[in-house]
Amino acid sequence: MRKPSRPPGRGPRISGPSKSKIDRKAYSSDQDVRWCPGCGDYAILAAVQRLMPQLDVQREKVVFISGIGCSSRFPYYMETYGMHSIHGRAPTIATGLKASRPDLDVWMVTGDGDALSIGGNHLIHILRRNVNLQILLFNNQIYGLTKGQFSPTSEIGKVTKSSPFGSVSPPFNPISLSLGASSSFSARTLDRDVKHLTQILKRAHAHHGTSFVEIYQNCNIYNDGAFFEFTEKATKPDRSIFIEHGKPMLFAKESKGIRLDGFRPEVFDLNDGDVSVDDAIVYDETSLELAEIVSRMSQQPSMPRPFGVFYCEERPTYEQMLQDQVNEVTQKRGSGDLDKLLHAADTWTIS
Amino acid sequence: MNEDSPVSLQGEKTLRSLNEATVLFAGDSGDGMQLTGSQFTLATAFALNDLSTLPDFPAEIRAPAGTTYGVSGFQLHFGSVNVRTPGDEVDLLVAMNPAALKVNLSRVRRGGAIIVNVSAFKPHNLKLAGYNGVNPLEDEHLLKDYQVFEVEVTRMTEDALKEFGLDKKVIDRSKNMFALGLTLWLYSRPIEPALEWLSQKFASRPEILEANTHVLKKGFHYGETTEDFVVHYRVAPAQLEPGIYRAIRGIEALALGLVAASTQSKLELFYSSYPITPASDLLHHMSRYKNFGVKTFQAEDEIAAIGATIGASFGGNLGICATSGPGLTLKAEGIGLAVMTELPMVIINVQRGGPSTGLPTKTEQSDLLQAMYGRNGESPLPVISASTPGDCFHAAYEACRIAVRHMTPVILLADGYVANGAEPWLIPSTDDLEEFPVPFATKPNRQVDDKKVFLPYLRNDDTLARPWAKPGTSGLEHRLGGLEKEHETGSVSYDPQNHEFMTNLRAEKVKKVADFIDPLTVYGDTQGDLIIIGWGSTEGAIKTAVDRLRGLGFTTGAVQLRHINPLPSDLGSVLSQYHHYIVPEINKGQLVKILRDQFLLPFASINKIQGQPFKASEIVDAAVDHMKSM
Repeated sequence: MRKPSRPPGRGPRISGPSKSKIDRKAYSSDQDVRWCPGCGDYAILAAVQRLMPQLDVQREKVVFISGIGCSSRFPYYMETYGMHSIHGRAPTIATGLKASRPDLDVWMVTGDGDALSIGGNHLIHILRRNVNLQILLFNNQIYGLTKGQFSPTSEIGKVTKSSPFGSVSPPFNPISLSLGASSSFSARTLDRDVKHLTQILKRAHAHHGTSFVEIYQNCNIYNDGAFFEFTEKATKPDRSIFIEHGKPMLFAKESKGIRLDGFRPEVFDLNDGDVSVDDAIVYDETSLELAEIVSRMSQQPSMPRPFGVFYCEERPTYEQMLQDQVNEVTQKRGSGDLDKLLHAADTWTIS
Repeated sequence: MNEDSPVSLQGEKTLRSLNEATVLFAGDSGDGMQLTGSQFTLATAFALNDLSTLPDFPAEIRAPAGTTYGVSGFQLHFGSVNVRTPGDEVDLLVAMNPAALKVNLSRVRRGGAIIVNVSAFKPHNLKLAGYNGVNPLEDEHLLKDYQVFEVEVTRMTEDALKEFGLDKKVIDRSKNMFALGLTLWLYSRPIEPALEWLSQKFASRPEILEANTHVLKKGFHYGETTEDFVVHYRVAPAQLEPGIYRAIRGIEALALGLVAASTQSKLELFYSSYPITPASDLLHHMSRYKNFGVKTFQAEDEIAAIGATIGASFGGNLGICATSGPGLTLKAEGIGLAVMTELPMVIINVQRGGPSTGLPTKTEQSDLLQAMYGRNGESPLPVISASTPGDCFHAAYEACRIAVRHMTPVILLADGYVANGAEPWLIPSTDDLEEFPVPFATKPNRQVDDKKVFLPYLRNDDTLARPWAKPGTSGLEHRLGGLEKEHETGSVSYDPQNHEFMTNLRAEKVKKVADFIDPLTVYGDTQGDLIIIGWGSTEGAIKTAVDRLRGLGFTTGAVQLRHINPLPSDLGSVLSQYHHYIVPEINKGQLVKILRDQFLLPFASINKIQGQPFKASEIVDAAVDHMKSM
């Protein structure tokens, strides 16, 4: 399929509620934003800065933790607590922070190289533990800050500086990977649809557990237009499908739907004879099975790319279980007495 | 054995008094030798002796039975005198099989005693041990210098339990209790602590409890009744400082020191670790202290453990992680981030033999230079060490104090020997533990025009430490990170002058720790022929060596360095009082490099890299040779 060319201008105009300009300022630090002009990161930063005042949280309780890479500069631009850490390790720092300070509102910002390559191990473990925080994975399918090598989400055949004859590494599908790692909330959104982005971030924040949000983000320098097929007006309706809990899976201006043939999803045309909306899958975000099937549509070129909340499950959070254990043992044994502890062995006296 | 009093008679047996003795229990790694050793230790503590232990076991959990590489040993030195090492030579070896005899015979002093479980000296076991065709017990030449007692430990255990209806495996596992009982009798140790321990351990399995109790008593009574043993021994109580004592292992003392630091600083303790030998035991201990508010996190890997520690410290907790050799290598990048973000935390390294996986269960002091320099960039941090099992408590406490007072990661070096070893420990009074409440930043610290701002890298005049502002504190929102920081503001800075300035500042901050260190204590002579400079677990051997060297007529002193970075500021003046300088280390010479870097003195290095601690005699001999050669 031919990809549309880059639209004119520096990306979409960001619009929001009129008073948001003042509110956004409260969350903007005094640091100059140093991403390349036209980078998709700007739209995400703006969306987050506008969203924060709408959330029921005190600014001093908010902490942004990141790893290394373009996306990981994010905390510097937020007037909150934050740490720009080391490559791939943001999940470990965020886990230590949230586990020891459950009162904080922790956000983690990462990229495809940071989260899925060097930090892959930490990512799967934070997901299985279900630490209550938000992970924003900016996926641009390229290494930007190191100037353009293929990433673990780059497609096979990708020609980059480190793969002049095309990459031979198959890519990860971040949503499928998160589901495999027992994520309790997996969603995908895109930098060029601020409304959807904001809506997903809001839901991610409301979710009690690790919220994994993959954000398609355009790198206009090293991988320009990687997602235009899904994000730009000309092709978006046909190539993207926005899934919502309880709603039929329809796309192409509701002219097409997705139905199941056994375990296999397939596209059907509502204008084709004896089919109706009722034939479409009614999306159920509490079904892990459905989430697995729909997440795999991303690897089928004939399928529209799904966006939205794939999976959402309420289950106890890591920090809560850790705290509960401390409370239970303390209740049972009483608050620790250091003097008693030092003497808690067979002792003898020498006079 | 060091005999000091005339023979006295007790019944038909002779009871002889000793000043000290060294016993080594050795057998298959499945024979329960560590357990036997630790129960003998407990009984010895109850007999009010001073003691020092050396557990020595293979890395394999159950190495093939009967082989030399599957031999597990537990050495214990006890006495009525100051006991500082597990003993240079063994007075009594208890060998449960031929392999145990083969591996340990060279450690027994000439004239020493050997109890062999003769039931295990069968052709198959002899072959496995490498005694090809020759039974060492029949080799008059091999054992002619030793008193050998052939005891049918396995058979007598089986006989004792014949009526119990237990399966063969359970019976076989009880034979260590026979050996324990016999050895307890031989040294007139009380049997009650072991009985008490058994009744707790097997409270829910009465048949096992009964069997073990029975065999333990059988072993004890066997000593009394058999004609093989005509002499047994008594070791008078040691003259220890008055107070309440307990036996303590180094790893336990580390755990208690950390909890004490948390209590006295009123910081919540977050302990993060990935299982690794020999540090894992610390995780086991820490995970029990939940009612002290201790949260433990078993991370997915070593890197995650340091990451979580950084996160917890950022959140205002006392962040601690522990590891061993290869784990410290994996943590290097994270520790660098802690240096840059200037967050307080303690990284404990229970050193083991290296490089790579090396000797996981054996001791070594070879990570000192890694602790000092093993990170990218100019990345200084305080390094301290623990010198005895009981000292681990104070070292852990001190490490936490330095970390929060100076806002820096601290590396605490222990090793397998000091961590697994045990000694009687004078329980400190909590009143004597100086509290160190932490003054978290609560408000902006600088007026800029008409605005009050918070500068996260503004320095304390005395320590050069930056303020610690907890997330959740309104008005102090700030960002940390691994990129170079601008002086005071903490903003990202690539300015060349600023980078040099900050590099020097970080180094200066660590140097300033020396302003808060107590003066050195010299053991022995404060001036004279020789000073021995040590660090960590060599303390016992060094002090014993000092005593012997002074006995030989050399005026000798010793300092054991708790603080290696920075070095104590009075070290130079202490050193200036001697003619010779020797530095014993269980490595190729690492502290000696640091000393040579700072003092223009002819330091001589004594090295041992065998996975075993120094014997005092090795230090004495090397010191004498050194002085003679000069």
